[in-house]
Amino acid sequence: MTIELIVVLLVAPLVGFLVNGLLGLSKNKGLKGNEQLSGWIGSLAVLVSLVCSIIAFASLHGGAAPFDETLYEWITGESFAFNIGFRVDALTSVMLLVITGVGFLIHVYSIGYMHGDEGYTRYFAYLNLFIFAMLILVLGNNYLMMFVGWEGVGLCSYLLIGFWYEKQTATDAGKKAFIVNRIGDFGFLLGMFTLFAAFGTLDFTSIFDAAEADNFQKVFGASTLVIATLLLFVGAIGKSAQIPLYVWLPDAMEGPTPVSALIHAATMVTAGVYMIARSAVLYNIAHTGEVVAWIGVLTAFFAATIALTQNDIKRILAYSTVSQLGYMFLGVGVGAYASGVFHLVTHAFFKGLMFLTAGSVMHAMANELDMRRMGGLKAKMPITHWTFLVGALAIAGFPFLSGFWSKDEILHSAWGSSPIIYAIGLVTAFLTAFYMFRLIFVTFYGESRVEPEVDSHLHESPPVMWVPLAILAIPSALIGLLLGWGGHESWFHHFTKSVFPEAHHEASGNVILFMVISSVVGLAGIAFAWSRYRERTPSEEPTNALHKLLVNKYYVDEVYNALIVQPIKNGSHYLLWRIVDNGIIDGIVNGIGSIIRFIGGTLRRLQTGLVQVYIVSMVLGIVLFLAYYLFFL
Amino acid sequence: MLLSIVIFLPLLGVIAIALLRGLGASAVKGIALVIGLLTFIVSLGLYTGFDATTATFQNVTQQAWIPGLGTSYHIGIDGISLWLVLLTTFLTPVCILAAWNSIEKGISGFMMSLLALETGMLGVFCALDLFLFFVFWESMLIPMYFLIGIWGGERRIYATVKFVLYTMAGSALMLVGILALYLQNNNSFDLTTLSGPFEHSHLLFLAFFIAFAIKVPLFPFHTWLPDAHVEAPTAGSVILAGVLLKMGTYGIIRFCLPLFPDAAAEFTPLIVPLAVIGIIYGALVAMVQPDLKKLVAYSSVSHLGFVVLGLFSKSPAGIQGSVLQMINHGLSTGALFLLVGMIYERRHSRMIVDFGGLAKRMPIFATIFMVVTLSSIGLPGLNGFVGEYMILLGSFVQGAFSKIYVVIATAGVILAAVYMLWMFQRVMFGTLDKTNEALPDLNAREIVVMLPILLFIVWIGVYPKPFLSKIEKSVGLVVTQVQTEPAMGRAGEQENSSQQSVVSNQQNGDTLLKSLLPDSRQPMADSQYTELALRGTQRVQHEKIEKEAETK
Repeated sequence: MTIELIVVLLVAPLVGFLVNGLLGLSKNKGLKGNEQLSGWIGSLAVLVSLVCSIIAFASLHGGAAPFDETLYEWITGESFAFNIGFRVDALTSVMLLVITGVGFLIHVYSIGYMHGDEGYTRYFAYLNLFIFAMLILVLGNNYLMMFVGWEGVGLCSYLLIGFWYEKQTATDAGKKAFIVNRIGDFGFLLGMFTLFAAFGTLDFTSIFDAAEADNFQKVFGASTLVIATLLLFVGAIGKSAQIPLYVWLPDAMEGPTPVSALIHAATMVTAGVYMIARSAVLYNIAHTGEVVAWIGVLTAFFAATIALTQNDIKRILAYSTVSQLGYMFLGVGVGAYASGVFHLVTHAFFKGLMFLTAGSVMHAMANELDMRRMGGLKAKMPITHWTFLVGALAIAGFPFLSGFWSKDEILHSAWGSSPIIYAIGLVTAFLTAFYMFRLIFVTFYGESRVEPEVDSHLHESPPVMWVPLAILAIPSALIGLLLGWGGHESWFHHFTKSVFPEAHHEASGNVILFMVISSVVGLAGIAFAWSRYRERTPSEEPTNALHKLLVNKYYVDEVYNALIVQPIKNGSHYLLWRIVDNGIIDGIVNGIGSIIRFIGGTLRRLQTGLVQVYIVSMVLGIVLFLAYYLFFL
Repeated sequence: MLLSIVIFLPLLGVIAIALLRGLGASAVKGIALVIGLLTFIVSLGLYTGFDATTATFQNVTQQAWIPGLGTSYHIGIDGISLWLVLLTTFLTPVCILAAWNSIEKGISGFMMSLLALETGMLGVFCALDLFLFFVFWESMLIPMYFLIGIWGGERRIYATVKFVLYTMAGSALMLVGILALYLQNNNSFDLTTLSGPFEHSHLLFLAFFIAFAIKVPLFPFHTWLPDAHVEAPTAGSVILAGVLLKMGTYGIIRFCLPLFPDAAAEFTPLIVPLAVIGIIYGALVAMVQPDLKKLVAYSSVSHLGFVVLGLFSKSPAGIQGSVLQMINHGLSTGALFLLVGMIYERRHSRMIVDFGGLAKRMPIFATIFMVVTLSSIGLPGLNGFVGEYMILLGSFVQGAFSKIYVVIATAGVILAAVYMLWMFQRVMFGTLDKTNEALPDLNAREIVVMLPILLFIVWIGVYPKPFLSKIEKSVGLVVTQVQTEPAMGRAGEQENSSQQSVVSNQQNGDTLLKSLLPDSRQPMADSQYTELALRGTQRVQHEKIEKEAETK
């Protein structure tokens, strides 16, 4: 590995962004409207990165030492140095393969999916910019670089969620995503400041070495690392949509569906998991993993319950993503860093796949998302159906498919940490299988409830779309088996061993038993969904208070709006602007002005310009002075 | 000599326009633009000739002026004023170009005011004589008074009077402060010979600080700003936000901190909360503004709060960040006012509700607006982030004040995204209103106005080293000056604690942290020595210049 390779890997999507960006602004119709050109420039750029990523991976796999080099000095002074530098170790290379691999397929898929869209060129420009930012995030060899990528992907997410900017809901969702993420970034920034105050650097290796040697400035006493890691975790909560900052992700589905697949399922939202896995040394020393695990498992459960009652297929997938991210945090939280990252990888494939198939359904059904108006799509869209089924089986933990391996590893490790966490995780696994197959049965099986005019156009997607689906289906099914066979002795654990410290809790108990329990629970969820939704649609469901609560997503958005958004808005408008600024401060300023004018106006009357008045006042003055001298002295 | 040319070249332009105004509007504009560009090009010589390895003043000229008063024409620049000079010479031609078609009446008067203003501003940044400084400081008000009062909007008289009186109130205090310093400095106004500690340093500090705080503007002295901005013509707003506000922060770093370090330390617990209130308050009030210009004006209150915070952090990173942020704010807020001006020329409205969906009709405008917005939000990779990050980091690490202030200030980063993105959404996104359908996208002149600013926005964001390296030494000198005053009261205790902590760290062998607090490592001796040495070199230089002047 050389710095040149990394630079090419990183810069290729940036070039794609610049070229497509300029094409998008050009007035030349031939260039601007040229879909083929933009689409293939965008895809090719990511292909270059993919090839570089494979080279980097091969080199590491061949036993090369991790790559860690500085490109140039960024923000430096006598007392601080923040550099643009890269680190490629096992963890990074896994992330690189996921980002560029899934990213490339989604770019290709988008060529077909976005066909005919007015903003075609702009779309590919944004998508390439996203890949660039995401690569910075995982390539950086220090926290500040990670933060640069972190904010960069946030920007692209904002731009792509609000891609159809004439839609109010889309731009609202984009803004919400950016702002909620900024709340997380607030924590990330403070976490970085704490780390810098403690270690005097933000470089990963320096910090981790110093932390392991307990050789750092205890700026907050014994809890220095506790504070630092929890603050960083706030950043992760925002970016990876965990409680209480998950609210932006379901709304983010306003963006084009391939964007949901790439950014809001496979890559960006997993950045928080990556961050904690990267900081594994710190979390181990600070013992803050437990907080992470609890937030993770609660989010997993909470989001899964919401997914049970939704009817918008993309929203179901979105809540499912929130839930699965919870699993990943549970994994890294209980110290099973490799397992958490392993689930990140498998999830990237099967959830990416499911979003793309959802996109395929939308594409065929004139952007319909409500599955109550679907049903029986299996006959018209066989490839879409089968690929979706693969994804759903994978996420439901069907034996030997990808999700089975990674989820089981996490649950197994959770048992070693806390049986309660394990139990909640297991219940969530049941719910996951249930809501996913509810979606399958209602959408693809049963009677068709499709509107006649839509029905006549119903078709399987073009090859440019279904080929990526078919390709993605293979790793979605098999990657777990390939990388995860053997549990803690698997290839994946072996490959990433150099990056992660030893876990606190050794996984205990019979591995096979855990696998059996997980499988049974998953199958039970599928069976339950089958029994309920084989012939019934969600509109025929009984409604009760709990159901209503779930349909309305626990009213969390409403509560946030009433407790935070509106008070800030109204307080700023009426109290701060109208009363404090215009009323009090300007009142004082203008008041001083008025007083001076009043005094001036009064005094002015003395100068009447009439000689008589002056003489009278002069005489009066003399008399008074004389009187004073005569009588008082 | 070069510096004097830079300062007075615009004044030459004023005279040229006064003599040649009969040639017509385009000739006047041409002269103004040529002079503006020429000044910028000449000022680049200051950059290329700048020696970044020293903190002493460079390009120094000293001529006897009114010897009886103890004042001389003494100018020079260091790493701090260098950038403010360049910012001024850069923004002036941009403003001239931006005002090309928007000024209908009295174009020659307008251009003359703009150029006269440039001389005033440059003089403020370069003056090394308090008397000279004050003359420039006050002379700047006159053209600004005309710019807003003649070419402003409907309530321009109210805004002008408010602006002038606010500033004059501060200036009066500062004048007293200057005279007091004069009496304590052997009846000399020379800045380079001033050395503390001064009598009544607390009062003197306040006299200077209030004058500068009004200019910054620091909460609660800010209410002149929204009015002045809303009424000022675009060029006036750009200069006001881009350069004039920096005079306040420049004054703090040039006078308040190095001359009265004790008082600065004593008042830090009072000033820092005001800065932090300004950050949050400015952002919240900006959020609810219906008028684009007012929104940007209040955002300045928030941004400048960051700068003041960094200045009082006593840390190299914080103060360096503040100086960089002065430039950043000049670029991004200047750009925002330019963009608002461009849209105003088309639509004759600045009300946010009148817009919506402009991205569809004006993609180039929308793209540039987006980049500037992101710069203002502090997105990494663009200029704003570098400055804000350094300020917050320096403030957090140094511990000159409670970390809770840094936490609140960091929350301001969230609010910046709120008000800017909400504004952007309402102006650019959504459906296009019928009345806005005919709005043309930016023309070539307007793109030329914006491109250089965008270039610097990206440059500073990606590779700020050329900027930071020039600032470093001069800021280092200020840091030694604020940190090394005799340990008295609270400031002293803090310093002691930081010494201890660093000593313990030194044993750990962490070199980076060691260098984080370089001066307190070997308590007083080291830093005092540096300070004395630096002052010594200044004196020597000063004497040399005097001798030269005599021989001439």
